[in-house]
Amino acid sequence: MKKSDSGIAKYLLIGISFLFIILMLILPLITVITEAFRNGWEAYKEAVSDEYTVKATLLTLEATFFAVLFNTIFGLFAAWAVTKFRFRGKKILTTLIDIPVTLSPIIAGLIFVLTFGRQSAIYPYLKQWDIDIVFAVPGIVLATIFVTFPFISRELIPVLETQGTDEEEAAALMGEKWFGIFRKVTFPHIKWAFLYGIVLCTARAMGEFGAVSVLSGHLRGKTNTLPLHVEILFNEFKYVPAFAVSSILVLIAIVILVIRSIIEYIGKRNGEDVR
Amino acid sequence: MKRSGKRVIPGFGLSMGVTLTMVSLIVVIPLASLVVFTAKLSPKDIWETITRERVLASFQVSFLTAFIASLINAVMGVILAWVLVRYDFPLKRLLDGLIELPFAMPTAVAGIALTSLTSDKGLIGKFFSRFGIKIAYTRIGITVALVFIGIPFVVRAVQPVLEKLDPSYEEAAGSMGASRARIFRSVILPEILPAAMTGFGLAFGRCLGEYGSVVFIAGNKPFETEITPLIIMSELQEYDYASASAISLVILAAAFLILFFVNLIQSRNSKILGR
Repeated sequence: MKKSDSGIAKYLLIGISFLFIILMLILPLITVITEAFRNGWEAYKEAVSDEYTVKATLLTLEATFFAVLFNTIFGLFAAWAVTKFRFRGKKILTTLIDIPVTLSPIIAGLIFVLTFGRQSAIYPYLKQWDIDIVFAVPGIVLATIFVTFPFISRELIPVLETQGTDEEEAAALMGEKWFGIFRKVTFPHIKWAFLYGIVLCTARAMGEFGAVSVLSGHLRGKTNTLPLHVEILFNEFKYVPAFAVSSILVLIAIVILVIRSIIEYIGKRNGEDVR
Repeated sequence: MKRSGKRVIPGFGLSMGVTLTMVSLIVVIPLASLVVFTAKLSPKDIWETITRERVLASFQVSFLTAFIASLINAVMGVILAWVLVRYDFPLKRLLDGLIELPFAMPTAVAGIALTSLTSDKGLIGKFFSRFGIKIAYTRIGITVALVFIGIPFVVRAVQPVLEKLDPSYEEAAGSMGASRARIFRSVILPEILPAAMTGFGLAFGRCLGEYGSVVFIAGNKPFETEITPLIIMSELQEYDYASASAISLVILAAAFLILFFVNLIQSRNSKILGR
């Protein structure tokens, strides 16, 4: 853009950027892969197909699935409510929606322990119905939903805000029902932002560590997600298996980054401002 | 909307109902249980908990490392954003995509990768240990992990502002004989400073609560490399919910204060940009 830029400053800055990214981001990525294969392919395969790894993968998929499902439903309704209507307390509502991402994951875990744990007022009722939340799978799912709560709505809200309400009002005056308006008028505007939100939500949900760690109780084969399994292996000095399990997560992370770039690219080309 | 007061678009009741129910279940009730629980604690107990020497030391570690890491990210973030917006070079798209890696990579995986890189046997650790510098299991290690976590915040805050910045001001300043350093200081910096500060604030807030990437690299020595989220975690593991909540209050207060300032800067900034 700027032709006047002297070569030295430009190449110095580009050099610094690459050095920083290589040291901070690429080296850790490479480390995961090289450490995972340190003892060869057989050891890698063994670590990845280990019974506990498979169980942890299934639990991670389960928690991620529920988090994405819940937050998709929430994101669509919340974005519609916040951008298509005027009401009092909108600012409070949007602040509440954003709270989960600003909270430390450990505190996120803490508030769920306080809500459903032994000292909670509803604990006796939960016991009566034989519902375990803390140190059980429902707690892990809840924690995952919590930390990714605004991920979809906050991608949709800015897009819908710039789109305005004129088209929806016109459709409403022509007698269209809310679902018809949503499907035919609103959704085409947000489809890329929506996909983008789902991708981000998935990435964060499968990687969540702190909040899930508080609520899990670390029961191997029962309440261990992939990131928790990595922790256990690493703390037992089983480095190769720890990195082998990590490589699964890294692979998913890279796939997600690629999908993210593609969505952003297509979205921009279609004139929808994703991000 | 011109016809305020009367809602033309249907679906208000339904979307608000779903939104409020979900927000209440996931955010309001758990947060309320923290409020209810801490209200039962006596102020004296809270004070005694948060002024325990070990807790105070952890505040120092957490705030110091988070601050330094965010400062490094503020500088590197501005450089990266500048390079990505203003220059064309090979692998630019890859660099841009990689910035997001800390969001997509599970924190635990980042933690063990950075630990293995910077320990005495690791690639980077070996290099620095020749100069007598230890990275893993020291505060430097904690800072490194927090730099990793915070990379995207400043870049993604500054990038859109730089994209909107009209280069004609710089050209005008340049044609009037201003040096490049002068142009940067008096034309570009004032424009991107609010965005950089926003990114700094968001990164700082995130770093204060960060757990997953730090626990592995920190070594967790009391008084030296023990971060506050880790103390909360150990209180939780000992079922001392009162102490955990009291210490969480401090982190929560800091997080909300940071968020408040970020919002202040953002609202001033959006007025200037006319967005």
